Amino acid sequence: MAAITSQPVVSAKFPGWIAPLVILVFTFGIVPFIGSSYLIEALLLPFLALSLAGVGLNLLTGYAGQVSLGSAAFMAVGAFAAFNFNLRVEGLPLLVSIALAGGIAAAVGIVFGLPSLRLRGFYLAVSTLAAQFFVQWALTKFGWFSNDNPSGVIDAPKLTIAGIDFDSSTGRYYFALIVVTALTFFAWRVASSQTGRNFIAIRDNETAARIIGVPVLRTKLLAFALSSFIIGVAGVLWAFAYLRTVEPAGFNLDRSFQILFIIIIGGLATIRGAFLGAALMVVFPVVLSRVGSFLLGDLFDSGMLDMSQRIVIGALIIAFLILEPDGLAALGRRLTGRFRPNTPEPVG
Amino acid sequence: MVNAHYTALDETSAVREYSPLPVSRPSTRRVANVDSNALSQPPILALAGITLSFGGVTAIANVDLAVQPGEIRAVIGPNGAGKSSLINVISGQYRPDAGNVSLNGKTYKQLPAQKAARLGIARTFQNLALFKGLTVLENVMTGLTFQRRSTFIGQAFGSPRARREEREARERALQIIDFLRLGHVHDRLAGSLPYGLQKRVELARALAPDPQILLLDEPMAGMTATEKQEMAGFVRAARQDYGTTIILIEHDIGVVMGLSDRIAVLDYGRKIADGTPAEVRADQAVIDAYLGVAREDHEEADV
Amino acid sequence: MESFDYLFFLEVLTGGLLSGVMYSLVAIGFVLIYKTSGVLNFAQGALLLFAALTFVSLVERGVPFYLALVLTFAIMVLLGIGIERAVLRPLVNKPPITLFMATLGLSYVVEGAAQLLWGTQVHALELGIEDVPFKFYGVFISQFDLFASAVAALMVIGLTLFFRYTRIGLTFRAVADDQFAALAVGLRLPRIWATVWATSGLVALVAGLLWGARSGVQFSLSLVVLKALPVLVLGGFDSIAGAIVGGLLIGASEKLAEVYIGEYFGGGIEGWFAYAIALVFLLIRPSGLFGQKLVERV
Repeated sequence: MAAITSQPVVSAKFPGWIAPLVILVFTFGIVPFIGSSYLIEALLLPFLALSLAGVGLNLLTGYAGQVSLGSAAFMAVGAFAAFNFNLRVEGLPLLVSIALAGGIAAAVGIVFGLPSLRLRGFYLAVSTLAAQFFVQWALTKFGWFSNDNPSGVIDAPKLTIAGIDFDSSTGRYYFALIVVTALTFFAWRVASSQTGRNFIAIRDNETAARIIGVPVLRTKLLAFALSSFIIGVAGVLWAFAYLRTVEPAGFNLDRSFQILFIIIIGGLATIRGAFLGAALMVVFPVVLSRVGSFLLGDLFDSGMLDMSQRIVIGALIIAFLILEPDGLAALGRRLTGRFRPNTPEPVG
Repeated sequence: MVNAHYTALDETSAVREYSPLPVSRPSTRRVANVDSNALSQPPILALAGITLSFGGVTAIANVDLAVQPGEIRAVIGPNGAGKSSLINVISGQYRPDAGNVSLNGKTYKQLPAQKAARLGIARTFQNLALFKGLTVLENVMTGLTFQRRSTFIGQAFGSPRARREEREARERALQIIDFLRLGHVHDRLAGSLPYGLQKRVELARALAPDPQILLLDEPMAGMTATEKQEMAGFVRAARQDYGTTIILIEHDIGVVMGLSDRIAVLDYGRKIADGTPAEVRADQAVIDAYLGVAREDHEEADV
Repeated sequence: MESFDYLFFLEVLTGGLLSGVMYSLVAIGFVLIYKTSGVLNFAQGALLLFAALTFVSLVERGVPFYLALVLTFAIMVLLGIGIERAVLRPLVNKPPITLFMATLGLSYVVEGAAQLLWGTQVHALELGIEDVPFKFYGVFISQFDLFASAVAALMVIGLTLFFRYTRIGLTFRAVADDQFAALAVGLRLPRIWATVWATSGLVALVAGLLWGARSGVQFSLSLVVLKALPVLVLGGFDSIAGAIVGGLLIGASEKLAEVYIGEYFGGGIEGWFAYAIALVFLLIRPSGLFGQKLVERV
């Protein structure tokens, strides 16, 4: 290939304003009317919460290159913090509780992000595991977090914002959708700014970044803070909008892996990757169980479903890492030729 | 008012003129004389008695180096002589075991690497340190990030200051990109470019903040003769038009002889010669260690 | 004033040390692979589970003990070779973190496959050693733990001799040192990697059997990998001696911490205490006690 092709490679911002507009119209205006309660409760709500968590983790791991295996812990911090703020502070609006909860998650994120100033790669991954285990232990061990509830499982508060009751399934859907849209927009703005470029610079060559004057320390901690804030709010959505309970069990290591897998499959360092990956993660078990019972009938029990799920997810991860390291986002955009790959192919 | 005009090497392009650039610091050194024979001026950078060792191996042994403002200073020597280590000491990555670094009269035991850009030092790297996930334009703009005052919030919500800084950085980056003739690839991912262009992008990123001192670590490695010519032209133009002081590590002797004002020669971590190209070429110690005897018909790369 | 109960302390200490040996067994499997290919194989725990489950299921179906052992070893070797070819080789030039994430995915595949094949119930594993504690100078020691330590010691000695004195061991070390140079001298890398994974499979089998006998063969067996990581941090990722020492240290301090300071935290700190130690080490001495320091060249 001697000639340099003139195909322009456009950066991964929202591809023009049409697609997001269409998506927004569809999700806000059309889905609530055609979607059944089952669709919302079982698929859309977890999809929204997991996507948001993916967006948050992508800022940290995809853009800034800091591997984190403890994202579920930050979801838990967000959920429990929001619960406690709402419970213990009289008259605090729910939205404020959630925002504060995000702040707490960000603070915890900074603390556990401090090792990133000295560690990289899987050393950093090991230290984020410490966060995962410690947070889960603390939330289970100290009854104060669960308001000393004997069963350790608490009901999430009713979703009432500014007097409007969002507690029905459609209401919760709208609530989650608004939060996800707002925070995703914010994440996209950050990723497209010089701050986002600083993230990528630190990921691609930290030493060079330091020398040319990128404030490495501040930028890394900012990545942890922003990411944890978003993941914390995602945790609130997961507990308040989807599960309607707040318990540490659902925020375990498997959940952390799930979010990491979401962004690997969806596409690291893209905003839309989280959504693509989450969609696959949420829809796929349903599809698998239908296919399984169709093929194997009664033989296909829940144990088998769990195990087949594990195998397929693991295989997908491996397949994507080998064949398409830039995830579904790349697969999709390759067709239209408007795509920024993480792993550039040599041209010319 | 600064009008920067850059003449293309092959003289086929016209002389271009640009409107005044937002420069990071007052350009007193525009007036500084580029005549390197004026050694009476205080050096802009001085290394005194630098010694550095890694795990028992001495990389640099008691090296002094003085660099005059506006000169092109080369550091040459066989592989392993300590050249890259010396550059790493200047840019603050390594802390010398002994000796110190003086910049504009201020002395440091170890130059703080995080502050290097603010102190007016820029560099390129031997093994190419581009940000492969960013486009060429974004790479060059990131070279200017240390000048920004806007916060991430301001940038995300489009505060006036953030927008102004973004606009200015973009303009400045595009100018440098134009100067180095990278305009046709400015929107491409840096990692997807051929090697020679990547090296040029790194130079662009280093030049963007208009540094006082530019450290070039083997900028011509792996280039063809034409590419070397071009690169040498850019280096000269940077000094000519910006008064940038340049410290250069390079293996191609022809390039070095044609480009530099003064040359320091290292061997096994010690400095064995220091002077003008003519002096160094004739120095016996240098010939023994590195250069060898020139063949009668030896053609230097004509830069 | 209560005098310090030395006997109790010794008992806890010994228990911790012996428990630590079990961690070391797992860590050694990691070290083998990391030493020769730079891959941190998160799937090691899953391989442990696979080995234990296969063995137990064969025995339960009436296969004689030693035949089951041999069959399981053969299966583990094949599995290891298959993994090397299907997962590792295509990713050979990618950064280490990509490989690590691939092994994450791999652990899911192996765990799922193990249980899909053999079922999800818990099995008991009999190795013929009674877990009867006996008294040694007033300290209670578990007979089983002692047996496990003996096995571990044998394995370490065997591996050390192997690495140092056999030809294959030498090639392992060459590959670990510099893959390109190894290629240049004509060493056949794929064959070496296959051997490495087979050896690691053997280690997984031994560790899996011992762990399975101790705590039953069930899914949580694959989570031992999470205990091995702090051991590797302490001992260094590429040192077998480090795996032993690290395991002993982690095992001992975990138990001691639980007993002596656990009450101030409300108990249950065993779950994360190892990681706390690892974190401290990572900040002070990232290459571990015995690992090699990496010099980053720019």
